[in-house]
Amino acid sequence: MHALIEAQGLSKRFGKVRALDALDLTIPSGQVVAFLGPNGAGKSTFIRTVATLLRPDSGSLRVSGHDVVHEAMAIRRLIGLAGQSAAVEEMMTGRENLVMVARLYGQSRRTARINAARVLELVDLTGVGDRHVKTYSGGMRRRLDLGVSLVGTPRLLLLDEPTTGLDPGSRSELWDAVRDLGNAGTDILLTTQYLDEADHLAAYIVIIDEGRVIAQGTPGELKSRAGSDRIELHTRELSGLTLAVEILAALETGAPSCDRATRRCSVAAPGGAQLLPVVVRALDDARVTVEDITLRRPTLDEVFLALTGHTTQPSAPDSEFEEHVA
Amino acid sequence: MTIKTDHGVVTSAPSGIETGPAVNPGASFLVASYEVAARTVKKFVRSPQLIVAGTAQGALFLLIFRYVFGGSIAHTGSLTYVDFFIPGFVVTSVLFSGMGAATGIAEDLQGGLFDRLRSLPVRLISIISGRVAADTSLLIWSLAVTTFFGVLVGFRTQDGAGAAAAAFGLCVLYGFAFCWLFIGLGLVAGSPQAAQGISFLVFPLSFVSSAYVPVSTMPGWMQAFANHQPLTYMSDTVRLLTEGHAATQLVGRSLGGSLLASLLWSAGVFAVFAPLTVWKLRRS
Repeated sequence: MHALIEAQGLSKRFGKVRALDALDLTIPSGQVVAFLGPNGAGKSTFIRTVATLLRPDSGSLRVSGHDVVHEAMAIRRLIGLAGQSAAVEEMMTGRENLVMVARLYGQSRRTARINAARVLELVDLTGVGDRHVKTYSGGMRRRLDLGVSLVGTPRLLLLDEPTTGLDPGSRSELWDAVRDLGNAGTDILLTTQYLDEADHLAAYIVIIDEGRVIAQGTPGELKSRAGSDRIELHTRELSGLTLAVEILAALETGAPSCDRATRRCSVAAPGGAQLLPVVVRALDDARVTVEDITLRRPTLDEVFLALTGHTTQPSAPDSEFEEHVA
Repeated sequence: MTIKTDHGVVTSAPSGIETGPAVNPGASFLVASYEVAARTVKKFVRSPQLIVAGTAQGALFLLIFRYVFGGSIAHTGSLTYVDFFIPGFVVTSVLFSGMGAATGIAEDLQGGLFDRLRSLPVRLISIISGRVAADTSLLIWSLAVTTFFGVLVGFRTQDGAGAAAAAFGLCVLYGFAFCWLFIGLGLVAGSPQAAQGISFLVFPLSFVSSAYVPVSTMPGWMQAFANHQPLTYMSDTVRLLTEGHAATQLVGRSLGGSLLASLLWSAGVFAVFAPLTVWKLRRS
C-alpha cells in the first residue's frame, strides 16, 4: 500500500519567493490531514501541486504512488478539489454545475443527474439547486463548491482553505461535513491558517512555514512538543497579580508570563495536577482573589510560537502571492 | 449540513485509497469539449446586459462610420461608402469579439474555474477546444448581428448569395484562428483588466488597414504596413467576394491572390498561437 503523500526535496519558486523549499514529507493514507501555516507559508502551493495544477521546479511528489508530473491523469482520477483553488460557475445553477463536473468525471447523463441530486441533498442545497449560483450566499457557495468535489467518487479530497471568509455558523456546518466525510473513510488533505480548525478536523497536522515542514504529528504530540502543561490564573485585583506572579515563580518551574492588561499570569507546570493545589493554597494564604485558575495543555498557537518564533496570526484575509501565480 | 453516513448516503470510498471503488474514468474528448463549451455559451446567453451593451456598442460604431464619417470619406472608387466599409466593419468586428475571449479566459484563470476543470480527469486539449468552440460560436452570432445591421444601413452585395456565404465563412475561419491569439493574450495577461488592456492593440490594427478607409491616402510608411497586414487582406477579400468588379478596380488585387493571402494569414496565426497557447497552459 502506497503512502498517500511522498514528497522529496519538493521545490517551487515564484520569482524570488520560494513557495516550497526542498520540502520532505511522507503521510500514510487513511486519515484527515491538515496543513497548517500562516499566509504565504506554501500551503496552497503544496495542495495545488498535489492536485497537479502546478509542476514542481525540482524534487518529486507522489500521490498514492503516482508521480505528479508523469502520472498526473492517474492522480486526477482519484481527487476532488475544493476551496480557494477551485470555483463554480456563477451564471449556472447549482445543479448545472454539479452535472457539468459529473459529466467531466466521465459519468453518463443519467448518472450525472442522479449524482447531482444526491449531492444537492448532501450539502443541503436541494431547495436552491435550480437557482443561479450568483444568488447564493457565501456559505451556500462553499457548500456547493465542496459538493462539486464530491460528485465523482474521490478517494482523496483536497480542501484548500475551505472555511476562509465564512461566518462562524457556516464554518461549523462545513466542519461537520468534513468530519463526516473523514469518518466515512475518505482521505482528506486540507490547508488552513486556523489552529482551531486543524485541531478540530485533523487526526494529523503538518505545520508548514516558509515552504518547509517544521513539525508534524497528531495534535496531542504537537502540543507535547511545545512543552508541559501550564497553570494559568486570572486575578480580580491588579495588586493580587503581583503576588500571584511571586507565588508562581516560587514553584521554580520556569519564568511566569504575565499580562497586566487582562490580569492574567501563567507558568509551566510539569506534573501540574500536583502543583495546582499548592498554588491554590498559597493564593488563599496571601488573600489573593482569583476569577479563575486553570491547568491546561498548551494551545496550538503556543506550539506554533515555540516552533517558529512567530504566531499564525494572518496578516491579510487572503493568501498573498499564492493566489495570482497560476 | 451533515453527511448522513448512518443512512448509508456515503459519498466516497469506504476505506483506504487502494481498496476504494473504481476511479473516475474521465470524459471523452467530445463530451469534455461540449461541457466546457456549453458552460461558456450559457454564461454569455445569461448575461443580457453584456449582449445588449456589446450589440449597442457595435451598432453605434456602425452608425458613426456610416453617417458621421462616411459622407466625407472619398476615394472609394465606384463603390458607395456603405458598400466599401461594411465588409471591413464585419471583418474587424471579429477582433472586437476576440477581446471578449481574452477577458473570458483571464477571468476563468483568476476565478479558479479553470483550475477546477484542470484538476478533473480530462485532457487539457479538450478544455481548450471547448473554450475555442464556444468563442467561435459567439463569434458567428456577433458576425450575423453585424451583417444584419450592415444590411439595415444600406449594404448590398453584387455577386449573389453564394459569394456572400463564402465571405461569411471566411470571416468565421479567420475568427477561429484569431481566437487562439486572443486566448493566448488572455493567458499571458493574467487578469481580465490586463487582458482588456492588451486587447486594445486591436484598435491600431483595425484602423491602420483598408477596413474603414482606402489605404491609398495614408502616408507611404503607413501604407507599407497597412497593405500587408491581415485585416487588409481579409477586408479586401470580403469586398471582392461581395462587390465583384466594382471592388476589383479599387482594391487593385485579384480575388485569388487576396483570398490566398487571407487563408495564409489565418493558417499562420493558428499555426503560431495554437501551439503557444497549449504550451503556455501546460507549463503553468
